[in-house]
Amino acid sequence: MAAHFTKKSKAKPEISTASLPDIIFMLLIFFMVTTVLREQEVQVRTILPQAEALTKIEQKRYVSYVWMGPEKMPGNRVGDTKVQIDDAVIEDLTNVRSIMYRKLSEQPRLIVSLRVDEESEMGVVTDVQGELRKAGTLRISYSSRRDISNI
Amino acid sequence: MGILAKKKNRQGAEIPTSSMADIAFLLLIFFLVTTTIDVDTGIGMTLPPEPDETTPPPPVSDRNMLKILINAQGQVLLEDLPSSVGQIRNEVLTHVQNNGADARYSDSPSKAVVSIKTDRLTPYNLYIQTLDEVWMAYFEIWDIEARTMGHANYVEYRSELEAGEENEIRDKWPAQVSLAEPDPGN
Repeated sequence: MAAHFTKKSKAKPEISTASLPDIIFMLLIFFMVTTVLREQEVQVRTILPQAEALTKIEQKRYVSYVWMGPEKMPGNRVGDTKVQIDDAVIEDLTNVRSIMYRKLSEQPRLIVSLRVDEESEMGVVTDVQGELRKAGTLRISYSSRRDISNI
Repeated sequence: MGILAKKKNRQGAEIPTSSMADIAFLLLIFFLVTTTIDVDTGIGMTLPPEPDETTPPPPVSDRNMLKILINAQGQVLLEDLPSSVGQIRNEVLTHVQNNGADARYSDSPSKAVVSIKTDRLTPYNLYIQTLDEVWMAYFEIWDIEARTMGHANYVEYRSELEAGEENEIRDKWPAQVSLAEPDPGN
């Protein structure tokens, strides 16, 4: 009883620190959830084709993306078919070779994921594949969505 | 007014903190459950290396080569016969599993090659469908092989493989899909 009384008569009540770890955890979770790892802005439209025989690429660090599709234009319109690697649209396809060669020297187990719009024609895909062959990046993957209609 | 005054007089009043941890955990669990890590899926291929002028490509006899040609109009030619995408899977199955029985199909699974040739104007979508059918045929063969080895299916067999261990099924039934240079088109 006496102890209880002395506690109450304390002149300076301290702020409770018991909840501090929780607050920190909450902040941590908040940032974990909202952080996006430098997402590249894709400047071409890529509606992926649907397929069944899909394999997952689990080792994400090996993957490098090549986007192919009609260029996005203001006002929901699309332009000519363009090729994009990282953040830049590649106008001259011979540059694909040097870009991929550099990437391959950094990551020998490189997998190139081709994200090609389903309405593209084979011409551009073949040209890029030809450049990839010259660069020596032979592991590719045609990025596709799972075919939902058959399930 | 009286209540407020009474409250102010109470010294060292603490906010209950015991439920804080529960709230944080609840949030954590919520985000754990709702977060989906986007995995890239696709049809894997290995491109042939850049042709060397001094060494010509290895000859493949006509019977071991299953030719699939897709033209700019989206028409499919299977071994020079007009066909459809839906027929490709069965044709690949017969071709690979032939083992020399039929003179029109392959000698052995290890020699069987499926060649896909497109036009520059062939729709990409159709090319993927074709490739998908070819791979589905191989998956079917691998599934059958996995079942005879006592596994539920090929995917299960592969997930049980240790790193660096030989994939016996793929060694026995190698998927040899070749992408031919397309015609220049018009």
